[in-house]
Amino acid sequence: MTRVRLPYHLRTLAGVDGEVVLGHAATLGQVVDALEAAYPGLRGCVRDPATGRRRAFVRFFACREDLSHVSPDDRLPDAVVRGDEPLLVVGAMAGG
Amino acid sequence: MAGVRVLVGTRKGAFVLTSDERRQQWEVSGPHFAGWEIYHVKGSPADPDRIWASQSGGWFGQVIQRSDDGGASWAPVGNDFAYDGVPGTHQWYDGTPHPWEFARVWHLEPSLTDPNTVHAGVEDAALFKTTDGGQSWSELSGLREHGSGPHWQPGAGGMCLHTILLHPSDEGRIFTAISAAGAFRSDDAGSSWTAINKGLQSEGIPDPDAEVGHCVHNMAMHPSRPDTLFMQKHWDVMRSDDAGGSWYDVGDGLPSDFGFPIDVHAHEPDTVYVVPITSDSVHVPPDGRLRVYRSRTGGGEWEPLTNGLPQEHCYVNVLRDAMAVDRLDSCGVYVGTTGGQVYGSPDGGDSWAPIVRDLPAVLSVEAQTLP
Repeated sequence: MTRVRLPYHLRTLAGVDGEVVLGHAATLGQVVDALEAAYPGLRGCVRDPATGRRRAFVRFFACREDLSHVSPDDRLPDAVVRGDEPLLVVGAMAGG
Repeated sequence: MAGVRVLVGTRKGAFVLTSDERRQQWEVSGPHFAGWEIYHVKGSPADPDRIWASQSGGWFGQVIQRSDDGGASWAPVGNDFAYDGVPGTHQWYDGTPHPWEFARVWHLEPSLTDPNTVHAGVEDAALFKTTDGGQSWSELSGLREHGSGPHWQPGAGGMCLHTILLHPSDEGRIFTAISAAGAFRSDDAGSSWTAINKGLQSEGIPDPDAEVGHCVHNMAMHPSRPDTLFMQKHWDVMRSDDAGGSWYDVGDGLPSDFGFPIDVHAHEPDTVYVVPITSDSVHVPPDGRLRVYRSRTGGGEWEPLTNGLPQEHCYVNVLRDAMAVDRLDSCGVYVGTTGGQVYGSPDGGDSWAPIVRDLPAVLSVEAQTLP
């Protein structure tokens, strides 16, 4: 299983409290695929639907590492893949 | 008892204001989608309980929300606004080519007859349509692929398609307006488009007969007279009596003919409302007085409506989609301001009162008349 911690606005949009738990996912791309499949209202909110790229003000962290710039196809840390640690989806601090 | 539902989009959420036909006491619900920019909220004329909202933000992109119970509950629907084919380029502010990029939905125009059909005007300018209740959206790409498309440029707010007017009986006829390209008309339900900007004169365009390049801010039409269009341009209040074939200026008598919204009385097709703003450099009302101006002659002669509106120290703006009318026997008029006030008039503009005073900046106001 994969644990994902969403920011406030995406939790509200998905209608969830706390972490969401997804099926097995080994890469960032697989996590986002699973997230969008489980919560269709989140489609396009984490990555641009036209380009597939992470939205500029969305960041990914896990295991005290910034994973925002890793390839969607790179393997996530084992602790995330095992479900020991959550993947954090963070809205960048910007704007008013 | 008949009533009114006023749908308000703001910088930080949506609000639903409800009253009976007296329009004296209002129930306020919201914020819906708190923290998100709500560019537009509009109900279906065919099913007033079905309401659409454009929800967006710089962090998480575009969401379209749909309510099937008059705004009590909402659910996201499809939000994939993919341009048809390779979208090409338009002009950037500096005149260089810039690729078409989707930013947000500015305006949602539900079908007059089918609750599942909606047109959406987006930035970068294009027109989309859903016929399945918002699950999927397809571009009516004939507009973006109009031969003038590569020459379109954004206005200060972005290159947005902000106005969609549907002919009341001819489903093939659609009018749109784009900042800062101009107005367009389709007679085949959006497959092909004609630029309808003859007679518009825009400062800074060397060619007085330029087909595009006009910063149209808003347009309005009365359903009983669909060939007559009213336009608030960047500067100039204009009128066309031939479905946009030609335009003439009807702004004489206004303290400023710069402004954003324009609307028509529900029962009097020659009664038109605008909100003059000082200038394109100073986006506040002239003299610090918020005045809605009304013409009962289809333009050309205007009277200030001030009773109940702030007449000193008022420095708010009324944006292009932030004025609406209801269809009760005594036509109601509503304006929302960037200061967070929504003012309502139950008597066609003769008197006004604030419905709410302290919302976030208002982006849009629409009125539903309830049976």
